[in-house]
Order: sequence, then structure tokens, then C-alpha cells
Amino acid sequence: MAYNFKQEMEKPERLAGGHRLCAGCGASVAVRGVLRALEPSDRAVVTNATGCLEVSTYLYPYTAYEDSYIHSAFENAAATCGGVEAAYRVLKKKGKIEENFKFITFGGDGGTYDIGLQSLSGAMERGHDMVYVCYDNEAYMNTGIQRSSATPRFADATTTPVGRESYGKTQRKKNLTEIIAAHNVPYAAQTTFLGNFKDLHEKAHKAIYTEGACFLNVLAPCPRGWRYDMAELAELCRLAADTCVWPLYEIEEGTWKLSYEPKKKLPIEEFLKKQGRFKHMFTKGNEWMIEDAQQYVDQQWQRLLDKCK
Amino acid sequence: MAIRDRLSGNEAVAIAMKQINPDVMGAFPITPSTEIPQYFSSYVADGLVDTEFVAVESEHSAMSTCIAAQAAGARAVTATSSCGMALMWELLYVASSYRLPITMALVNRALTGPININNDHSDSMGARDSGWIQIYSETNQEAYDNFLQAMPIGEHKDIRLPVMVCQDGFITSHAVENMDLLEDDKVRDFVGEYQPEHYLLQKDNTLAVGPYGISAYYMEFKKQQAEAMKSAKKVILEVAEAFEQVTGRKYGFFEEFMMEDAEVAVVLIGSSAGTGKAAVDALRQQGKKAGLIKIRVFRPFPMEELAEALSHVKAVAVMDKAESFSAAGGPLFAETRSALYDLPQRPNLINYVYGLGGRDITVTDFEEIYSQLDSIVETRQTGPVYRHIGQREADGAEKDVTYERYQMENNNWRWQSNGL
Amino acid sequence: MRKAAEINEHTPWQELTPGAEIYEPATSKLVNTGDWRTMTPIFIEDKCKHCLICVPFCPDSSIPVAEGKRTDFDFMHCKGCGICYKVCPFGAIQFEKEEK
Repeated sequence: MAYNFKQEMEKPERLAGGHRLCAGCGASVAVRGVLRALEPSDRAVVTNATGCLEVSTYLYPYTAYEDSYIHSAFENAAATCGGVEAAYRVLKKKGKIEENFKFITFGGDGGTYDIGLQSLSGAMERGHDMVYVCYDNEAYMNTGIQRSSATPRFADATTTPVGRESYGKTQRKKNLTEIIAAHNVPYAAQTTFLGNFKDLHEKAHKAIYTEGACFLNVLAPCPRGWRYDMAELAELCRLAADTCVWPLYEIEEGTWKLSYEPKKKLPIEEFLKKQGRFKHMFTKGNEWMIEDAQQYVDQQWQRLLDKCK
Repeated sequence: MAIRDRLSGNEAVAIAMKQINPDVMGAFPITPSTEIPQYFSSYVADGLVDTEFVAVESEHSAMSTCIAAQAAGARAVTATSSCGMALMWELLYVASSYRLPITMALVNRALTGPININNDHSDSMGARDSGWIQIYSETNQEAYDNFLQAMPIGEHKDIRLPVMVCQDGFITSHAVENMDLLEDDKVRDFVGEYQPEHYLLQKDNTLAVGPYGISAYYMEFKKQQAEAMKSAKKVILEVAEAFEQVTGRKYGFFEEFMMEDAEVAVVLIGSSAGTGKAAVDALRQQGKKAGLIKIRVFRPFPMEELAEALSHVKAVAVMDKAESFSAAGGPLFAETRSALYDLPQRPNLINYVYGLGGRDITVTDFEEIYSQLDSIVETRQTGPVYRHIGQREADGAEKDVTYERYQMENNNWRWQSNGL
Repeated sequence: MRKAAEINEHTPWQELTPGAEIYEPATSKLVNTGDWRTMTPIFIEDKCKHCLICVPFCPDSSIPVAEGKRTDFDFMHCKGCGICYKVCPFGAIQFEKEEK
């Protein structure tokens, strides 16, 4: 079905305002975008890992969700979603439920790349009919911007601070989407907020309506953690895609497909210079950091192009 | 007509689960409870139950699955032991605070350090404050009966608390006993349908579970849980009464054995009660007024009832199959001593930590314990309160129990290291 | 059982929902996060072509759409992040210091 942007924008909201996420937060933009891909006739149970999103969207007695919602802990969102889905299957089989439900989990990169990886891997391997959505803001933002395995090299995080002997995080960002793809799930994809959200919408729709365990990795900038002007959300996402720092692609039944190829691949500085967490990379003597980062992006991008051939 | 069968404790619980036909089971193998999900998955494979069996990748995910399934409106069960339950720890609190009446078959096993697969109560005793109802079983029959009573207790609308039904690893879980089973239809009648008022998959409404509870609310929710645990006492007895009507088997908070005129008594939990009772029988033959109390319900703790049952006794030995490293005794001892505090005439109390990591306790050991109690009554001196029994000691050390069986030459446990 | 709107920091434990459950959808709408704002977006209707590109970018679901057209902001929930102002291709949103 072709993406009808105006029609999509008229759908009733499934994430209400009044939640306590920071002004300009990318997480709620991701959640709204994914939930919009649900058919209005379908109901959903939303699962959530502990994190910014969870403490802000269901702070007793105020839930921001139009659908049923469950949060249980930090590292078990995927198992929780799988548990709801298992209950649904049996209750449906027993004739106790007639409606169609969809099962969508949201976790930040901390709850997904790190502490929740085992639970996620288990749920993906078991093949629950669910979607796990990671809103990746590249650090533990809820506890105060500590590094995660999703934090890119050189980022100044509170547990990888820049100092006399340190240039920020030393390790590269983990490639989680590829790890999930290696589970041979029917659908896994990477996206962010671009243009009229066509890419995110179509991927979310595919993930929700493909039977089995599907995975969506959404780059969701955090103005506080990345230290940029919060009004610049769209620009940050565009630069992430155009510098190929965050390539948009999907893996459908094992077939890799590039979703977006920048007309002109921008140098990585364009993305880095907007953000306070990379500020030290631009001081004199640190040119090697930008070179290193550029080299890595180029190598990763080429690898991806090869896979998508 | 009851069905007479010969079953291990694990099998008995698995059959109870089969008869209940729960909606979801999330489980992960761990010795000695592994057989429960194993038997159960064969029922699933043969179409004998409607259950969705979720073979998760860890106990953490097993409990997460159960929490989610129960919140979704399903009846969820699991089985685990020791480190498995320890890995669920965080979620035990989630389950009880979300008021989800999940049922867990816990086959008690020592916690690691060093790793040990045999029985003690360190797993469930550590979880005693997690807000779960805890019911302990002495025999395979009790493990089965307690499991059937768990759901009517936990799911009661005034309670809504998870229940763990405990039995002793290997001792009952793997030993085969003759026992009576109920017919399937009687089990289903007794346990009934799970009908939660609110659930995630409800037709006409949404449910949000698991908020961030700020300080302005958190304590009120803890009070709700505490009140539910208090109310559980009444419901536990009501369910026991209903169970007695169906089976003729009587259950309470604890079992009193020869307590009516007892002057000395032992208080303990689980399978060691059988050995203790044999010792009481022998002592009674000798005209000694020995008695025994076997705690069945540890959470909620039957404080007033236990105090009443011990009010006429002169000396009591409380037996803990778990160390709590308090330097002052085990958990059952702490609870029992606290229960007796309000009595106008308190018995003298001592504590024995015993049976850790599968260390045997024998009739002779109990006789020794009763003789210690006798001398306390005689001398009116309690002596050291916090003692271990069944422990090797260096020659010349001050011993809790001077008794040859525990000296270095003993080789009773060699079988264990010879490749079990 | 009390509704979310009737639950507050004075509600006794007996009247709170058991297990901190909430039985109504989207109760966060009751919360005025609009008072977090220091900067305010101003909708210039004349300039708006109703392309709706601002709508999905709003983190606070505060740009209502009706009959294919966006309407004025939901100022009870708009936190004044300015993302909409930046993405608008037609200058139909101004972003100014809030006057209290």
C-alpha cells in the first residue's frame, strides 16, 4: 500500500501529549511514528524497557498510551513482549479473545544493545509475533549520559569523559541491527526521522505486519546527551543519513536492501560539528580523530553497499 | 475416587500443572526442578494441555514471561530452583508488586558458593521478603496438594499475590512415593477459571501496568501489598478447608505433631519433618514429652498461631535449613523467636542451622537435639543460642554439638564426590 | 475505583488502584506540560500550506490535524522545543520568547 502522508497524519494519535520526556526528545517522535503504522482497527499492547521513555510516559497515574501497556524491568522488555504474545496466542485459541492485537516493544539502546540483549536475542530466536523497536540515542540518557555499546567512538559521555588522558569513548559502536539480522528474523531494519517519515512508516508497517519476530532500530537524537540545539532534531537525523553514519536499510527474509543513498555523501564533520559530545574532535591536534571516524564510516558504508548488492 | 499412583515430587507437580491446564508456562532448566518443565512439555507435545510453553533463554526471561502473560489475562506458571530463582530476583518483586498471582514450583536447592545441586532452603529463604506467598511441602503428596491450593489462594480478589510452592530438591523432587491424585475434573472444579478484573488483552478497556511510582505513591502501594499478605491468612485457611472437603486431607499454617502435651519441641520446614517425627515417636516410646511443628506457610508468617501452639512448651529448637549470616541465627529462628516474644511465659529457644547443601540429618541428630532441649529444661540455661548441627569441627574446638558422627573420619558424604 | 483524574498525592492507599494499574487510556492528557515552555511556536495560518510536515516531528503530539489541515498548537502539552519551527518550509511557524 502506497504511503499516503496526509491520511497518516489524520489518524488518531496513539501516544498522547502530557508525558514528561524532555522538550525536543527523539524517543517520543519514534514512538509516535511507529504506532502510527498500526491499522486503526488493530489494537496493540505496548511493552517498554525501563528508561527515559518508560519513566516519562507512564508516571502513575498518567499513561501516555492509548493502548494497553506494560513495563516490567530494564533488561527484559523482549521477554515481556513475548509473554504477552504467548498469552494472546493461547487465549485466542481458547476463544477468550476475538480482537486482533499487535505487540510492540520499545527500548533505548541501553536496554537493547546492552543489558537487554540476551532477552532480545531469546525472543527473536523463539520467533514471537512481535516487533522490538530500539530508540537508539547512543547512551544511557535516563541515568545521565553514560556510555553504552551504542555510543560511537570519540563521544564524550559521563563514563567516557574527555580528559588529559582520554579522548572520549575508545570503542566503536556495536552493530546491533546486523546482530539481530544474524538471528535470521523475517524482518530487521534501520531508520530515523527523514522528510515526511515515509521510510520509518513503511518499515514500521512491515515490521508490525510481518509474522514473526521483527526488529527496528531507530536513531532517535537526544538533545541533552548529544548537546545540540533541540530545535535541530530533523537536521541531525538528515546529517546522520547523509554522512552515512546511520545508514538506512532493511533485511527482509535475508535480503539486504539499502533504503536511502545520499545524493552526495557528506563528510562526517557535518554531523559531528553540530554536537557538543564531539567538540574535542575539532581542537587543534585532534584531526586524527575525525580522520579515524571518517575512515570507519567509509569502511562500514562500503561493507553495507556490498551486502545490499 | 482418588487415583492412587507412585510418583516423584517433580512428577506430582507436573501432573498438578497438567490437570490445571494453565495458559502459559515460561521455564528454563535447572537441577533439580528441570523435570517439571520437561514432563510438562511432553504434555504439550501430546496435546494434553492447551498451554503455550515458552522455552526461554534464562530464568529471568521465564519470570518476565510469566509476569507479562499473567498481566495479559492468562494463568502463568513456572518451575525453578536455586540460582534460577536468584536470577529471577528482581522480577519476584515485580510480580508481587504488580499483584500478579503467578504460581511457581520451587524445588529448593542450595545457592552457589561453592556450586552445589542439593537441597537446602537458601533460595526461597532469601526471597522471603519479596512479597510472595510461600508454602512448603514435606512430602510428594503435599507438594501436589499445595500446588492445587496455590491458585485459589493467590488469585482471590482480595489477595492477588504470587505463590511459590516449595519442596525439597532430590529428597522429594526425585524420590518416588505412593500418593493420591484427584481426578482432572475435580481439580478443574477446585482450581476454577482465572477471571481477572483487568488485563492487557481486555475487550473493552485498556490496562497500563508498571508505572514509575514516585514517593507520593510508592508507600501506599507497599501498604496495599502488606495488607493483601495479611488477608492471605484467612484465604489460605478457607482454601485448605475447601480442599479438605474434596480430599479429606487437612492443611493449616503448620502441622502440629504430638504437640498437645509437649514440653520440648522442634520447629522446622520441609522434608526433614519426617525424620523429626520418627525421632519424636522414638522419644515418646521412652515416655518423653517431645513434639514437633512443621511450618507449611512461611509467608504470610502465622505469628499468633505459632505462639499459641508453643505457649505451653518449655524449650524449643528452631531448625533452619538456610544460613542467613546474621551472626545471630537463621530466618525461621528470627521469626519464631519474634512470634514468641509476646507470650507471658516464653519457652527457651535455640537455633540449629542444618542440612546445608544436602547434608543429611538423621533420627539420631534429632534425638541429640531433643536431649539438648531436655538439658535446657533441666538446667534452665539456654547456653549458646545459635548453633550448627551436622558440621565437622577441628579437634579441641568448642563444638556446638559434640557428636562423633560429624568428626573427620566420617565418610557418609563420600558418595557425593564419587560422581553422582 | 478512582479515575486517574481523581487520584492525587492525598489519595489514601485504600483508594489507589491495586498494583498501580491504570484502566483508562492516555491519562497523561491531564498533565499540563505546556508550562515547561520558555519559547513558544506561533502558527501563522496565512503562510501555512498544510503540508503537515511539522506534524510527525512533534515530540509532544501537539499539532492536531483535522480534515487534512493542521490547527493551532495544543499549548497544554507543547513544551516549546522549536522542532516544528525548524522543519516548516514556508515560514508558517514563528518561534518566540514566551510572554507570561
